[in-house]
Amino acid sequence: MMLDTMNTFLRNLAQQPWGLWWIQARRLIRIEIRRNLFSLKSGWVYFLAFIPTVVVFFHFAFESHRPSWIGDDTDVLASVIQLYYIRLGVFFGCLGIFSRLIRGEMIERSLHFYLLSPVPRELLLLCKFVAGSISAVLLFGSAVVADFALMYAGFGAAGRDYVFNGPGLGQLEAYLAVIVLACLGYGAIFLLLSMLFRNPMPAAMILLGWEAINPVLPSLLQKLSVASYLRHLMPVSVTAKGIFALLTVETEPVSAWAATLGLLLLIFAVLFYSCYRIRTLEIRYTSE
Amino acid sequence: MNDQIIFEDVSKFYGEVLGVNRISLTIPPGITTLVGPNGSGKTTLMNLMTGLVQPSNGRISVLGHSPVNSPDLFRILGYCAQLDSFPRGINGWDFIFDSLMLHGMSEAEAVEMTAESLDRVELGNAARRKIAGYSKGMRQKVRLAQAIAHHPRVLVLDEPLNGLDPMARTESIALFQELGRQGMHLLISSHILDEVDRISDRVVLITGGYLVAEGSIREVRQEVREKPMQVLIRCDRPELLAARMFSVNHCVEARLHTDGRGVFLRTGDIDQFYSMLNGIAAEGLVKIESVAPADDDASAIYQYLIGSDGGA
Repeated sequence: MMLDTMNTFLRNLAQQPWGLWWIQARRLIRIEIRRNLFSLKSGWVYFLAFIPTVVVFFHFAFESHRPSWIGDDTDVLASVIQLYYIRLGVFFGCLGIFSRLIRGEMIERSLHFYLLSPVPRELLLLCKFVAGSISAVLLFGSAVVADFALMYAGFGAAGRDYVFNGPGLGQLEAYLAVIVLACLGYGAIFLLLSMLFRNPMPAAMILLGWEAINPVLPSLLQKLSVASYLRHLMPVSVTAKGIFALLTVETEPVSAWAATLGLLLLIFAVLFYSCYRIRTLEIRYTSE
Repeated sequence: MNDQIIFEDVSKFYGEVLGVNRISLTIPPGITTLVGPNGSGKTTLMNLMTGLVQPSNGRISVLGHSPVNSPDLFRILGYCAQLDSFPRGINGWDFIFDSLMLHGMSEAEAVEMTAESLDRVELGNAARRKIAGYSKGMRQKVRLAQAIAHHPRVLVLDEPLNGLDPMARTESIALFQELGRQGMHLLISSHILDEVDRISDRVVLITGGYLVAEGSIREVRQEVREKPMQVLIRCDRPELLAARMFSVNHCVEARLHTDGRGVFLRTGDIDQFYSMLNGIAAEGLVKIESVAPADDDASAIYQYLIGSDGGA
């Protein structure tokens, strides 16, 4: 019985028009990336991504670099990534990119062109998500790589040694993994929020507050936060003082794979519900 | 029944606001025009059959396909919506090319069909310009080109003649007629009733979300028998004819034609009217050249059934 059900499922799966979906997906992703990265309206996302890079560049160009300060600069870089990129830059960048994918098109009254194309709505949503993720990862990932390179370039041979023979490259890999997961996590949530609410901004502000107070919540509630998973993946722990201490409270230790898996499960659940929502989405621009 | 568009007892409510109510309708191939005032439910009906909104009650079948999330239907359906909006920053070529690529075509096919559809609406020269810089008429044309580019079997056009200059309007009507002759389903909403007459095989009159009448214009007119019918009679002595008609028949109105060689007569009993007219002709007092109904057009039907002057 079980075997029959499995066979039927696999047969149905094989009969789906995968080739057609692949062609449609490539085109949709291309259209979305073109609009996300090469339009005037995306300028502010570039600003969010690269403003720390400008600051780090000034640090590289105009400040002295003694080999003994590498540790301090490593902490500064970790702080920039945890306190700026994860909490603000990626958060608001993804809010802009992902909430535009569906809600923005409803506001511009152009979503119906896609809903009237022979693309399953779930595929449309997932392609928009993938395109938004690629755009966000490209922007914020390249910004982090630039920050990293500029941060250690000023140290000359000591910097090169730290990067290539020390923990540098490993840290960079971890930062990039954190950025990718942050883009996917916040992206999925903002995509859903933009379908649930006409103006997702208030909900995003509540989420920002939730992420801020999350470390002091019970461990079960902590699992409903993107930042809480990411905190366990940071290669350098940041000890902040004052108001920033709220953002960096230590919680029960979680292994990197468990944190990654937990976040991926959260993303999958949010996307699954988003697919359900888009199936029943109605176009009534007059109410936008 | 797979070559028809069928609405079965379809209702749509937006919260407590009525969109359309209990619409049952069967639309065969050819050109069908939806006529009705603003807010009558024309666009709701079109959105329902294209799956952009879903019915609160009832069932819709478009050539055997349910419109709800149906990629198979969208391969054979084109919809030119009334909304004057486009994806941001796009040019005319990419707008159509992208939509064809989403049909899974090869680039070569999509290029060929994009060029063909742009040529059909005579927009080939402006194809590489941003749509934001187009005139209203050009934007209307590029929407039409996008709707027909993939050679659909069902074409839904919401006010497709809006914004077009007289020349473009004539060309568009010729295009619709050609597509209708090819056996395509064209569902057009229009408030330009003279053009409805010229292009429609059938009309669907709708007001307040309710279906008022449907069928060919002549059939619909004959259903409105309680309204006096107007007939134009071309003859040599229109005054005498009018006087005779008033004396023996239920004529309610007579009006001389502006050239003085005919008279418009309005009668409440068309069968008796024609019988009397034959008698007068046989007497030889009046030489009758032609007799033609003067109000079996969309505008008159609209006035009779919906009660305004057609400002839909």
